[in-house]
Amino acid sequence: MDAESLLLSLELASGSGQGLSPDRRASLLTSLTLVKRDYRYSRVLFWGRILGVVADYYIAQGLSENQLAPRKTLYSLNCIEWSLLPPATEEMAAQTAMVKGRFMGDPSHEYEHTELQKTNDGDKAFEEEVVVRLPLSEARKLSSYFHFREPVLLKNKSLLEKASLDPSLDFMDSLEHDIPKGSWSIQMERGNALVVLRSLLWPGLTFYHTPRTKSYGYIYVGTGEKNIDLPFML
Amino acid sequence: MEDITSEEQVKGNQELKEAGQSWEKNISSLQDPEPKPAEPSGVEKGPETGSPPKGSPPRSPPSRASTSLSDLGRSHASPSPSSLQELSFIPSTLTLAPELKNLTTPSPSDSTTTDIPKAGIPHPDLLEQPPGNKEPSHHLTSPSNIGQQFRQSRSHLYGPRNVSRNHCKQEGLKSDVFQEENSNSDYSLDQPEPQVFEEAPSTLETAIQNAKAYLIKTSSKSGFNLYDHLSNVLTKVLDERPDDAVDIIENISQDVKKAQFNKKLDTLQNENEMLPTYEIAEKQKDLFLQRHLEGAEQDSEEEIVENPLPNVMESAFHFEQAGIGLGTDETFRVFLALKQLTDTHPIQRCRFWGKILGVEMNYIIAEVEFREGEDEDEVEEEDVDEERDEEESESDEGEEDGLPKSIYKAPPAIPKEENRTGANKYVYFVCNEPGRPWVKLPSVTPAQIVVARKIKKFFTGRLDAPIISYPPFPGNESNYLRAQIARISAGTHVSPLGFYQFGEEEGEEEEELEGGRESFEANPDFEGIQVTDLVESLSNWVHHVQHILPQGRCNWFNPVQKNEEEEEEEEEKGEEPDYMEQEVGPPLLTPISEDIEIQNIPPWTTQLSSNLIPQYAIAVLRSNLWPGAYAFSNGKKFDNFYIGWGHKYSVDNYTPPVPQPVYQEYPSGPEITEMDDPSVEQEQTFRAAQEAAALDSEENEETEEEEDEEDDDD
Repeated sequence: MDAESLLLSLELASGSGQGLSPDRRASLLTSLTLVKRDYRYSRVLFWGRILGVVADYYIAQGLSENQLAPRKTLYSLNCIEWSLLPPATEEMAAQTAMVKGRFMGDPSHEYEHTELQKTNDGDKAFEEEVVVRLPLSEARKLSSYFHFREPVLLKNKSLLEKASLDPSLDFMDSLEHDIPKGSWSIQMERGNALVVLRSLLWPGLTFYHTPRTKSYGYIYVGTGEKNIDLPFML
Repeated sequence: MEDITSEEQVKGNQELKEAGQSWEKNISSLQDPEPKPAEPSGVEKGPETGSPPKGSPPRSPPSRASTSLSDLGRSHASPSPSSLQELSFIPSTLTLAPELKNLTTPSPSDSTTTDIPKAGIPHPDLLEQPPGNKEPSHHLTSPSNIGQQFRQSRSHLYGPRNVSRNHCKQEGLKSDVFQEENSNSDYSLDQPEPQVFEEAPSTLETAIQNAKAYLIKTSSKSGFNLYDHLSNVLTKVLDERPDDAVDIIENISQDVKKAQFNKKLDTLQNENEMLPTYEIAEKQKDLFLQRHLEGAEQDSEEEIVENPLPNVMESAFHFEQAGIGLGTDETFRVFLALKQLTDTHPIQRCRFWGKILGVEMNYIIAEVEFREGEDEDEVEEEDVDEERDEEESESDEGEEDGLPKSIYKAPPAIPKEENRTGANKYVYFVCNEPGRPWVKLPSVTPAQIVVARKIKKFFTGRLDAPIISYPPFPGNESNYLRAQIARISAGTHVSPLGFYQFGEEEGEEEEELEGGRESFEANPDFEGIQVTDLVESLSNWVHHVQHILPQGRCNWFNPVQKNEEEEEEEEEKGEEPDYMEQEVGPPLLTPISEDIEIQNIPPWTTQLSSNLIPQYAIAVLRSNLWPGAYAFSNGKKFDNFYIGWGHKYSVDNYTPPVPQPVYQEYPSGPEITEMDDPSVEQEQTFRAAQEAAALDSEENEETEEEEDEEDDDD
C-alpha cells in the first residue's frame, strides 16, 4: 500500500486482523517519507510485515520512475532505520527453497543448510562442513516471490503508457487473479463497500479495494511461508 | 398548398411538380375531411415519386435547388417568425429520416386510412412506435398549431430535402442557414435513400418496409431501436446546433442513449433494488437502535445481575497497541453484536473469542457461559441417538443362524463431555458479520476433535457446508469449527501467573474423581505482575484451559471398563492395550514455558508492545503454534484473542494421515484346510474292518454298534 495513504489503507485492511500498532504507524509515516527522499524514489510502498520468532521484519518497497524496473526492497526492525535488501539471485532462490520454517527476526541469523537438505537453526555456523549460510537473502527472496507471484492489481489498473506502467485514472472494476483456482478468497465486506481478497496460497496477504474509487492496496502480515497444503485444505 | 405547388410549377421544377401533383392527388383521392392527416400521406408519397430522379446521376440542376430554396424562404417569411424557426429544423429533421413521416401522423386512425391504400406499410409498426410518434409531432405542433401554417410547413418538407440531397453538387448556395443543416444531413441520408428509391414502387415499398422493420427492431437490452435513436440524435443536433457536430456525434449519440436509459430505469428497474450494502446496513442499524429501545428495560436487571458484557473496546485498545485487531469501527460493531447477544440470552459470562477467516465469509465468535437456562434440546437429541444405537445392537444380537456374523466392532465411542465441563465448558456463538443473527455451535465430541487433528481445511463461511476429508469428519462445518475452537482455546488461552487459582472446595472434589483439578477461580489477591517479567519469562504465563488429551477429551474416560462388563472375552485378549493406560496431559495452570517446542521453534513469542515507551507498554504474547492467537497483559488485566484461518502451524507441510492398516486374512490352519477325499482303498479297508467289527459285536450289543457305524460313516 502506498506510504502516503497508509492510515486509511490499514484501516481498510484491518478486517483480517493485520494491523500496526500506533507507534509503528507513526514511525512508518515518518521514516518512509525520509526513505523516499533519501533513496530518490517516486513512490514508496509499505509491503508488509514478516513475523519472526524473535522480532518482526517490516518491509517496504521503493519505486523509481521507471516502474518496470525491479523494485528495491528495504527492511527494518524498528520502522525507523531502513536497510536495503540485496537483490536475490537465482542461486540464492534455489538455496532458500530448501529452507523451511520461520524467520528468526535476527538479520544476522544464518540458516545452516547441509547437503542433507536439513534445516538447522544454528546461530553462527562456523562448523566446517556446513555448506551454505543464508542470511537475509531468504527474506529478500520471499518478498520477491510475493510480488512476482502476487502482483494483485486491479485489471486495467495500469495501462501501458509510454512503455512504462503508470496508474491510469480510468479502470474497470474487475479483479485479476490467476490460474490456480481457489487460491483467492474474495469477500465483500461492509456490504459491498469494500472488496477484500485474501490469498490462500500465501496466508497473510490481504488485498483490498474500494469499488468505484481508486483506493486499493495490499499488505502482507504473516510468517512468510507458502501454503503448499492448499489442495488439501480446499 | 396550392400556392406552393403552383409556385413550384412556375419555377419549372419537374420533380417537385410531380411530387406536388401526386400529393394533391392523394389528398383528393383520400378525401380526408381534415387537412392535417392528409398531409403525412402526401409527404410520404412525395419522396417515393419524386426521389428516383434525385438518385439519378444528373441529379438536379442548380437552378432548381436554388428556386426551391427561395421557395422555402418565401413560405417561411409569410406566416410568422415562429414558423420560420420551426421550419429551420423541422424539415431537416424529417428529411433526414424520410420514413419518419409515416410515424408523424397525428393520430393512429388517420395513419391507417392513409397508409393502407398507399404504401401498405404494416400498421402495427406504426402504432407500436409511440416514441417516434411523440417526438416529431411534439416538435411540429408545439411552435404553431395553426392548421394552415402547419400544412405549409409540411408541404415543404420534401423541398428542403431535395435541396439537401443535391446540395453536395451545388457550391454556390446562398442561404447560410440551410447550408449548415444540409451539410450535416447529407452524410446520414445519402446512404439509405438510393437503395430505397431506385427500385420499382412495388419492390420499393417492401424494401422500405424491410429497412424500416430492421431499424425499428427493438433492442433486447435497452428496449430502444436504432430508428428512433437516429431521429433523436439528429433532432438533438439540430436543436442545439453545435459548431462541430460531426466531431461530437458520438457523444451526442451517447447522451441521447443515456437519456433514454434513465427514462427506462425510472419506470422499470429502479424498484426493489436491494444491494447487499444496504441490506447489511439495515441490519446493522438495528444494532445501534436496539440499544436505545432495550436499554431502559435491561439496565435495571443488569445492575442486579453482574453485567456479562465484556469490555471489548478496552481489550481492543490493548490489542491495537500490539498491532492486532479488527479496526475500530468493526470492533465496535462486534461490541454491539455482543451486547445484543447478552441481552437476548441468559448469559453469565461472555467474551469476544476472536474471528476465524473463511473463504466466502468469516466467523465472529463469542464465548459465553450460560446462567442456568442452557437449552435442553441437545440433551434430548443425545438420548435419541443413544437409544438408536442400543436398538441396533439388540437387533444384531437377535439374529441367530448358522452363518458367522461380522465380529468387527467399531471402536467404542467415547462419550462427549458434559456441558460446562472439559472441552464443552463454554458455549460458542458465531455470526458471519456483526448484525447477522448469532448461531449457537453444537457441543464438541471427542471423535470430532480426534479427526479434526488429522485434517486441515479452509472454512467456507457457511456453517452447513460439508467437510469432505479423508478421515470422514463426523459433522459439518459447524462441528469442525467447534472442534478447532476447542483446540485453539486449549492451546492458546493463557493468563498471567497467579491470576487464577484453584477453587478449594471444588478442586478437592474433582481431585477425588478425576485425579486432576479442573476448576479455578479468579484470585482476589492478585497483585499483578511486572510487564517486563511477563515478557522475559514465559513461566509467568499459565494455561487456564484444560489440555485436550489425545482421546479427544479433557478428562480421562476409560473405555475399557465398559468393555469389561459387557464383553469379557475381548478384554482377556487385550485387544486395545493403549486404552488401559490413562492419558495424562499437563494439568491446569501449567506455565507455558513447559509447552512442547515445534522443531526447535519456541512455541511462544513475547514482545513488548512499544520499545519507545516501555513504562506504559504491555506484554504481548504470540503463539507460534497457532498463528493468529495472541494474548496481552498489562500486569493487571489480560485477554486472549484469536484471528486467523483456524489452522495449526507446523514446520513441515500437512501430510494426510496414512490409510488404515489392511486387515489380515484369517491364518491358514487346521480349521481352514481340509483333508483329501478318502480313496477307494481307504474305504475298502474301512469297510472290511467294519464288517469284521460287526461280526464281532453282533453277539454283544446290536443296536448300539449299528449307530456307531452310521456315525463313523458320517
